[in-house]
Amino acid sequence: MSAVAIDAGMLDLICPMHLRLSGTGHVTHAGPTAAKLVDRPVAGQRFLELFELIHPRDVRAFADLMTHVGVPLRLRLRCPPATRLKGLLVPQACGGAIVNLSFGISLPDAVGQFGLNSADFALTDLAMEMLFLVEAKSAAMAASRKLNLRLQGAMVEAEEKAFTDTLTGLKNRRAVNHILPRLIAGGGGFSVMQLDLDFFKSVNDTRGHAAGDHVLREVAAILRAETRDSDCVARTGGDEFLLIFAELTDRRRLQDIADRIISRCRVPIPFEGTTCEISASIGIAISDVTDPLTEDRILGDSDLALYASKHAGRGQATLFDPAIHTDAVGV
Amino acid sequence: MHGLVNRSIQGFVQDNFGRARWVEIAHLAGLEFVEFETMLHYPDRMTLQVIDAITRTFGTPYDTVLEDVGTYLVANPKVQAVRRLLRFGGADFVEFLHSLDELPERARLAVDDLDPPRLELREHSCNMFSLRVDSRYPGCGHVLVGMLRAMADDYGTLVLLEHMGRVQRSELIDITVIETAFADGRAFDLGARAVG
Repeated sequence: MSAVAIDAGMLDLICPMHLRLSGTGHVTHAGPTAAKLVDRPVAGQRFLELFELIHPRDVRAFADLMTHVGVPLRLRLRCPPATRLKGLLVPQACGGAIVNLSFGISLPDAVGQFGLNSADFALTDLAMEMLFLVEAKSAAMAASRKLNLRLQGAMVEAEEKAFTDTLTGLKNRRAVNHILPRLIAGGGGFSVMQLDLDFFKSVNDTRGHAAGDHVLREVAAILRAETRDSDCVARTGGDEFLLIFAELTDRRRLQDIADRIISRCRVPIPFEGTTCEISASIGIAISDVTDPLTEDRILGDSDLALYASKHAGRGQATLFDPAIHTDAVGV
Repeated sequence: MHGLVNRSIQGFVQDNFGRARWVEIAHLAGLEFVEFETMLHYPDRMTLQVIDAITRTFGTPYDTVLEDVGTYLVANPKVQAVRRLLRFGGADFVEFLHSLDELPERARLAVDDLDPPRLELREHSCNMFSLRVDSRYPGCGHVLVGMLRAMADDYGTLVLLEHMGRVQRSELIDITVIETAFADGRAFDLGARAVG
């Protein structure tokens, strides 16, 4: 290996973070940026007293270090802010060595901690481009985070305004509150069917919420199958459903629909190897009986009919009759 | 047009003339919203409608509005990011001018779906330059004049800038550096991070 005479000034320009070490491991010269790492004169200090060697670990004395030529050295500044550095050692023919240092990934923090500017890096160093990239990335991430927060807010708001029950895909209470006043104002006949699941709570309690959710989706499928597309089928509470039939006031047909729904709900629903058994109770109110015809009144009437179904032993449908239900329940 | 551009124009109106004025301009421009999102894209016509609404509201010529937007981008303390990213281009104003050739690449490092203008610097003498601006968007050169003016100020350099007009897709800006150490300029602390 032939030695090349290196001018110190030249090296300061090419590698401003280099240290020139004597054969005893003392710093004889520091590049301009390397000199900024320690707030006292670096020349004359022992290299291993300035820097702790993280890797390789087996270095006790400077002579050990001299055996690690051309391998990556991982160092840490012994004085605050204990910056991590990368190093490369090259021995010199005269006995000493040159160690070139780099901030590596610590660069963004180091520029602030050591008060560095563009003149502290070699003109060919990519440090400035890296700092540009870090800053550009941070600005873009900040903008992205703001957008995500706003979108999240908008989503929550949209959900609150939605007319759909996300679990079953049926309509929800908001939809009912939107549809009923329009039907009443429209003046045509219609009917309201209120449905509560029987024994649903025990499915939820004994089989868990996944089973409960599955049952609710199956019931939703039955309700959809037994109604027309133009009817409103909504889930208004945990195991409560409300069906609105526009232009349908025929008692016989309503009773038939209700009976079919109940008999289908009684069919055990398979879930993870076993079955869930439920039933349904229904109360029906028809607009031409409701007096006066208001939203609250027709819902109240269907509720009374539903209560009568439950009271009579569940699993059945009851048509609201003002002569019976008002007095019987005392509402 | 990229949301970043639209948002900058919104910021220009809002920070200089108040929120109410911006809402008024957004309405006048026929936008169905008042908030541009920096990370989204919008149809080009929206940007033109907004600039048009600004010129009508303030009675300022189109070119002047664009130049003011450019100045705002660099000089407004609320949007430090652009100034800081531009300052990475060079340690002094002339070095910064030479870095403009690579501005599109730098801009794409920051925001990869931005469609920045292509810039080409010609050096006629040590203090006379011309900058060619190639962009799909007419008037882009005026935004650059505003930005260059603010950057010169930032470096403490006295310059003369003149927009020489547009030929096909190119606009030409004449730059004369009169004095490089005219004022102290603003400090550029590498270690500080841009906010907002």
